[in-house]
Amino acid sequence: MIGCDEAVRQLWDYLDRTLSPTDLVAVEGHLAFCRRCCGEAEFARELRSFLASHTAVEVPADVRVRLERFVDEI
Amino acid sequence: MNVGTGGERDRAAFQELARSELPRLYSLARRLGALDPEDLVQDCFLRAYRSFGRLQEDQAGGSWLRTILVNLFRDRLRRKARMPQEVAVDDVAEFSLYRAIAEEDPFPYSDSLHLDFLGAFDEDDVHRVLIELPLHYRAPLVLRYMEGFDTKEIAAMLEVPLGTILARLHRGRKLFERQIWSYASVHGLFGDPVPVRGA
Repeated sequence: MIGCDEAVRQLWDYLDRTLSPTDLVAVEGHLAFCRRCCGEAEFARELRSFLASHTAVEVPADVRVRLERFVDEI
Repeated sequence: MNVGTGGERDRAAFQELARSELPRLYSLARRLGALDPEDLVQDCFLRAYRSFGRLQEDQAGGSWLRTILVNLFRDRLRRKARMPQEVAVDDVAEFSLYRAIAEEDPFPYSDSLHLDFLGAFDEDDVHRVLIELPLHYRAPLVLRYMEGFDTKEIAAMLEVPLGTILARLHRGRKLFERQIWSYASVHGLFGDPVPVRGA
């Protein structure tokens, strides 16, 4: 059985599916009864989605024109 | 400009791929913190075109270009000896953004406190938070959670052991949580100032 600190420490690896089978069982076992850590897990999931949704940096128009011209000239 | 080709057909196919991936490559260059993202993307196109004939699967073209860009970025940093040192992050090891938001309650009238917190950030805010992270932590974070590479691919791209990547991802996430909390407070995203814990 693991405590909250250990469960929280492993939450992102749990969501990334990079935990060993033993650690996976331990985290799932903890989440099965700990409401606060379930909240932490849900928020970690939201934070991952938040990062994934902020990938686009707009290309300035002049930069885009120059890069497209560069590609045309290859 | 002619950099050595596999024929006119390859050239046209490469140009189509390059144009379609241009926005994503530029974004990645910016997210990584390249000093001259435009120049880095140009170098990426040149390097990629020279070996385009070896790319077998059209579907993998985007990932292939992004890998080349990351490799070039890594090489540039090495040449300039600008790789930042590892930083101690023991002070943030116990920081929990989830708990900080719950305890400080920056949006007292909110029914979805944590989501409202994240919703206060626009693209520019996220970029500013990321760019403040040391590169050792920023690069794995961007490549894993924004670009979707798996940890083994990231280890190969950055030429560091897998265990090091896993450790940097862990520290990077903690630093990101602390920084995003700090940024929100300093830039008034809460409305009223909220104490910055652990800063």
